Amino acid sequence: MKEKQTAIILSQREIAPQIYNMWIETDLAEQAKPGQFLCIYPKDKSTLLPRPISICEVREDRKALRIVYRVAGQGTREFAGYRTGDTIAVMGTLGNGFPVEDAVGKKVFLMGGGIGIPPILQLAKEIRGEKQILLGYRDAHTFLREDMEKYGSVYLATEDGSVGVRGNVMDAIAENGLEADLIYACGPMPMLRAVKAYAAEHSMRAYISLEERMACGVGACLGCVVKTKEVDHHSHVKNARICTDGPVFEADEVDI
Amino acid sequence: MNTQTTIAGITFKNPVMTASGTFGSGMEYSEFVDLNQLGAVVTKGVANVPWPGNPTPRVAEVYGGMLNAIGLQNPGIDVFMERDIPFLKQYDTRIIVNICGKTVEDYVEVVERLGEEPAVAMLEINVSCPNVKEGAIAFGQKADALFHITREVKKHARQPVIMKLSPNVTDITEMARAAEAAGADALSLINTITGMKIDIHKRKFVLANKTGGMSGPAIKPVAVRMVYQTAQAVQIPIIGMGGIATAEDAIEFILAGASAVSIGAMNFVNPYTTVEVVRGIEEYMRQYRVENLTELIGAVQ
Repeated sequence: MKEKQTAIILSQREIAPQIYNMWIETDLAEQAKPGQFLCIYPKDKSTLLPRPISICEVREDRKALRIVYRVAGQGTREFAGYRTGDTIAVMGTLGNGFPVEDAVGKKVFLMGGGIGIPPILQLAKEIRGEKQILLGYRDAHTFLREDMEKYGSVYLATEDGSVGVRGNVMDAIAENGLEADLIYACGPMPMLRAVKAYAAEHSMRAYISLEERMACGVGACLGCVVKTKEVDHHSHVKNARICTDGPVFEADEVDI
Repeated sequence: MNTQTTIAGITFKNPVMTASGTFGSGMEYSEFVDLNQLGAVVTKGVANVPWPGNPTPRVAEVYGGMLNAIGLQNPGIDVFMERDIPFLKQYDTRIIVNICGKTVEDYVEVVERLGEEPAVAMLEINVSCPNVKEGAIAFGQKADALFHITREVKKHARQPVIMKLSPNVTDITEMARAAEAAGADALSLINTITGMKIDIHKRKFVLANKTGGMSGPAIKPVAVRMVYQTAQAVQIPIIGMGGIATAEDAIEFILAGASAVSIGAMNFVNPYTTVEVVRGIEEYMRQYRVENLTELIGAVQ
């Protein structure tokens, strides 16, 4: 059940330059699945639209959610100023999430690039299977790395080569000679295109999480669509709604 | 206290509707609001065949509002009749179907199909979408073209016809009079105001379509003014919209001359806006001892 409600901020800190880590108390945590997201509403009335932000982690008692986000504009700048005890308007939980059950008994790549890394954490916690976690960063600010190390073998790539393999997560696969049966990925579009190509080349299934500018977050406005290979069941054209039919899609089903 | 309002012989339990394109066919928002509490659901524009819409990005935020250039993506009238109408029929609310097209024949085809469906209370003709290159807006920006399409639609329509007007014209009253003269039963206004946003870091347009329709609270004063001017110019009823966020906003439109109001972009900000506006109008009527909502229509002095 989707709901808009007021959540309380339990803690917030900057964990890398312009990357913030916030825990919020909300009963939306009870239904949260890895790969789902929240819409968070700025209080400033000049910035009306909600900011879609992925769920990074669900607290064990399922009473709180963790989000990790980058300050990208006016709305997220406002969020970064919030302190413990402040309230925040959130709607959730939104989107389909990653299909974790597909990984049972398989060797999987969990791949995150940049601000696409946070949703990989809850996925790594919940997924059953042999986990190889590939994380791509700009530089040595390898946020969430230690959290990830609790749930699988972590391989790093950095654009400046300061930590791990120089390059991106695809380079980390090659350099480390890794193999898998199944891929789960979230990151910038060039990375997701590379994942899609890699999966096609190796005849593997890949689940990729997409993002797009959104307005409603619930599938009504048709703002955030992705082109699909086949005619979509809901839209009856070759477009699917990222907020509702996604954000997670099988890579070979979408035209990115 | 009576919150009913009547447009072209159709009575609505209250004057609160949804603005086309912001509410789908009600399915998505039925998780948040009880559709039975709305005066009407005005559906997303539907054409004779499926339309894929524009490339992304399709939406952008602007100060106090947003731009959209969805491009009227819709599944076409066949799917709409089989899926969306039966869904809405489950609720005790009026159904108003918004219709889009590229040619007069496109519009007429949809109008005729909907004539078979008695559950559809009214038709709203979208001649004012700023995001579709052919047809659509061309009908809404020239008085003679608007007159022509209104007359053709009226010839084939079984339900009362609302013409949705564009604010992107020199004189909205000229357009309103043309629609009225051609037999329109009601008018709805305003559609979105054409706008543009540029990303100065990338030196690119934010929207793939370059321009988009602006909606949200920032456009409200323009919309109230246009509703007032139109109400002075024509006799047919008006459904007012443009940035309504609260019951106070809705009452402004009603006092300016609107017989009903629609909630648009604010559904995205607060999915409960429609029912909150219904409740707020009732509170206002209690506070000022207004017995019938109709007393408020055009009551500004």
